[in-house]
Amino acid sequence: MTRRILGPFNRVEGDLEVQFESDAGVITQAWVNSSLFRGFERILVGKVPSDALVYTPRICGICSVAQSVAAAQALAQAQGLTPTLNGQLVTNLILACENLADHLTHFYLFFMPDFAREVYQSQPWFSDTAQRFKAQSGSAHGEVLKARAEWLHITGILAGKWPHSLSIQAGGSTRALEAQEKLQLLLLIRQFRAFLERVVFVDQLEAVTQLSTADELNTWQAAHSNSDFGRFLQLANRLKLNGLGRGTDRFLSYGAYGQYFPQGVWVQGQIHALDVEQITEDISHSWMQAEQRVAVPFQGETQPHWEKQGAYSWCKAPRLNGKVVETGAIARQLVAQQPLITNLVQASGGNVATRVIARLLELARVVPVMEQWCQAIQIGEPFCAHASMPDEAQGIGMVEAARGSLGHWLTLQAGKIAHYQIIAPTTWNFSPRDELGQAGALEQALVGTPVEDTGAVKVQHIVRSFDPCMVCTVH
Amino acid sequence: MNILWLQSGSCGGCSMSLLNAEVPSLYELFKLADLNLLWHPSLSEASHQEFLDLLQAVLTDEIPLDILCLEGSVICGPKGSGAFHQLAGTQQSMLHWLKLLTAKAQYVVAVGSCAAFGGITAAGENIAEATGLQYDGALLGSVLDANWRSKAGFPVINIAGCPTHPAWVTNTLVQISMNALRLEDLDEFHRPRSYTNHLVHHGCPRNEFYEYKASAGKPADLGCMMEHCGCLGTQARADCNTHLWNGSGSCLRGGYPCINCTAPAFEQIKHAFGVTPKIAGIPIGLPSDMPKAWFVALASLSKAATPERVRTNAVVEQISIPPSSKNRGRK
Repeated sequence: MTRRILGPFNRVEGDLEVQFESDAGVITQAWVNSSLFRGFERILVGKVPSDALVYTPRICGICSVAQSVAAAQALAQAQGLTPTLNGQLVTNLILACENLADHLTHFYLFFMPDFAREVYQSQPWFSDTAQRFKAQSGSAHGEVLKARAEWLHITGILAGKWPHSLSIQAGGSTRALEAQEKLQLLLLIRQFRAFLERVVFVDQLEAVTQLSTADELNTWQAAHSNSDFGRFLQLANRLKLNGLGRGTDRFLSYGAYGQYFPQGVWVQGQIHALDVEQITEDISHSWMQAEQRVAVPFQGETQPHWEKQGAYSWCKAPRLNGKVVETGAIARQLVAQQPLITNLVQASGGNVATRVIARLLELARVVPVMEQWCQAIQIGEPFCAHASMPDEAQGIGMVEAARGSLGHWLTLQAGKIAHYQIIAPTTWNFSPRDELGQAGALEQALVGTPVEDTGAVKVQHIVRSFDPCMVCTVH
Repeated sequence: MNILWLQSGSCGGCSMSLLNAEVPSLYELFKLADLNLLWHPSLSEASHQEFLDLLQAVLTDEIPLDILCLEGSVICGPKGSGAFHQLAGTQQSMLHWLKLLTAKAQYVVAVGSCAAFGGITAAGENIAEATGLQYDGALLGSVLDANWRSKAGFPVINIAGCPTHPAWVTNTLVQISMNALRLEDLDEFHRPRSYTNHLVHHGCPRNEFYEYKASAGKPADLGCMMEHCGCLGTQARADCNTHLWNGSGSCLRGGYPCINCTAPAFEQIKHAFGVTPKIAGIPIGLPSDMPKAWFVALASLSKAATPERVRTNAVVEQISIPPSSKNRGRK
C-alpha cells in the first residue's frame, strides 16, 4: 500500500491537492482537498441585496457571468420580477459566450497539454500532438487565444467587459442595443462559427451535432483527423480514455439558457425531475463547524474550523437526496437527451472521453442557437424591468456554468442580506466524503486508476476531464 | 526575463483578463518582449513535483527570478497562520512561500486589487484575514513592511483593478523587461502611472449628460450615473474609457457605474454600490479636485440649461430624441 500526495494541480483554475492510496499500482482510495478558503458567503451577510451583483461575480474569474446570473435570478425571485424578453436573450448570449469561451480554454489550454508530456513520447500520435498542443508553445495556442479574445468582444458590447460585469440585473440587462450593434454581434458569432468549422471540427457545426452513435463518431473521426476534435478522438481511442475516470453515473443539470437545455437528473438512461428540496450540504469531512452536519442551503452555515479531526477539505459535500451526483456539459447533454452523448454514456458511462466530447459537442450545439437569440432581440423594446426590493424574502438562482450546476440561496431580512449560500459545480464534482463515508464524484472516479509514472498522468487526465473550477468550489 | 506567477486568495480573473490581450496576443507579446514564463497556474505544463522543484531552484538561486507576479490577496487567516491557503502538495501556507520568494525577486508585481490592497476578498468581516502584499487597504505596510524593496530597489508594483485590464499588465511587464520603469512611474499607491494618470471619466460616452447633470435614475438609463447611481468615474484612476475592454467595452459603456476598483479599499464602501450617498441632496464624493461650491453652482446652472433632448434621453434605455441639425436647407 502506497500513499501519495499530488499537488499543486495547475490548469484547474484554483487550488487543488489530491491524496491517494494505491495497491499494486492501482488507486484504491482517493481524497480531494480544495485548499483555499476565502469566505464569500460571509462577505455577503449584512450587505444591501443588489450588492450581491458586485461581489458574487468576483468569486470566480472564469465563471464570473454564471455567478452573476445566479445572483440576478435569486434577486429576481425575491422581488417577484420577471426579466424582459430582451433581457433574457442578452443574458443567454453573455452566459453562452462565457461558457463556450471556457470550453475552448479548457480544451486547448488546460486539458490537451497533458498529452504533449514526455511520458507519451513513444506514442505514434505524439509528435503531431506535441506540435499542436504543447503548453504555451503549441501551434494551436496562437490562433485559439486570438479567436477567444475576439469571441469575448461579445461581452465588450453586451456587458461592458469580461470578467466581472455588472450589466446583468434581476430585471434583465443594463445595456440596450442599437440596431447596428445587433448586426455586429451576429458577425462576431459567425466569425466564431467560422473558426470552429475551420480549426476545431473542420466541418459544419450542423454535421457535428447530427452525429448520434459511437460508430458514426468513429467514421467522422477517420474523415476529419486533421481537426483538433479529430486529433483528440484519435488519441482517446488509442489510450482508451473511455475506460478512464468513470464516476457515479448519476448526472445533474439545473437547465440552461431559459431551459433550452432542460433541468433534470439522469440515472441509467432515466430522466427524473429535480426536487430542489433534496439538495443538502454535509460538513462531516470539511474544515467547517455547524449546528447541523447536514443542512439544506437555506440553513447552511459557513464557519471555518481549521484542525477539525477527520476533515480534509474546505469544500462541503453537496448531496442530492443523500446521493453523489456529477455535473457538467455531459450532464446537460444527457438530460437534454442528446443522442450521441446518451449513446456513448450508455456504453461506457461518464469518463474522461465522454466528458470532453460533451464539451466540444456543446460548442457545436450552442453557437447556432446563439445566432437565433441574437436575431430575436427586438430593438426598441425594453432590456431591463424594475421592481422594488422587499425587506424580507428568499430567492434561489439556478444556472449552468460551463462546468455544471451552480446555485445561489439568498435570504433577505430587514432589507439586508441575512444569509447567502452557494453550491458551485465543482463543489458537487470534487466534494469530500459525507457522514456516510460516501466519496465525492472525483474521489470515486479515481478509484481503479493505474498509476504507472511519477507524474500520475492518468490522474491528471481524470482531474482535468471535469474542467474543475476550484475558486468557485469553496468560494 | 523570467516570470513566476502565483495565485493566492484569487478568483483567477486577472489571468483570464490577461488572456484577452490583443495585438499582440499574450504569447506573442512574451516573445516580443523577451519574457520567459517560468510558470503560470493556468498556462504551464509542470504540475506537482516538477513545480515544487522549480520553486526550490529559485530559492537556491539556480534559476534567477526577475519578476514575481502575485494574483489574489495574501490569506493570513486563521489567526495569522495562513492555513486558509496551503500551497497544495507542500503542507505549508502560501503566506510562508511568499515570504521566501519575494526575497528572491528583482521585481514583485501585485496583479489586481486583491494582491495590491486586499481587494474583494478583504470585504465585510474579512474572515480570511485577506490583505495586500505591501498594503492593507490604503495603509502602507502589510505582509511586506512599508520600507521593503525588491532586489531592483522597487516597492511592490501594484497593478490594481478588479479585474486588471490586460494592457495594464502587459505594459508594465514590458516596461520592466525593457528596463524602462522608473520609481517616478509609480503613483502614491505604487500603481503604474501609465494608467492611473487618467480618470475613468476621461472619454466617458455619457459626457454630455454629465455636463448638464442629466442623470440616470435606474439601471439601464442612458444618463449620467454620478448623481444617483453611485458612479465614481470622476474620481477613479484608470483609462477604462480611452483604452477599452474586450474590443469596445467599459463599465460605463456596459450601462453600469464605475465602482472605482483600482482604489485601495474600494470594496469597503459604507453604502450600496450603485447608489450615490447624499447630504442635503448633494452627492458626497464630488470630483476630487473641484471646489464643492463651484460644482454646486455649475450643476444648478447646467441643470437649468439642459436641452429637452438630453433631459429626455437621460432616463430612457435607448435614444428617444436624436440630435437635430440647425441648417437643414441649402443656402
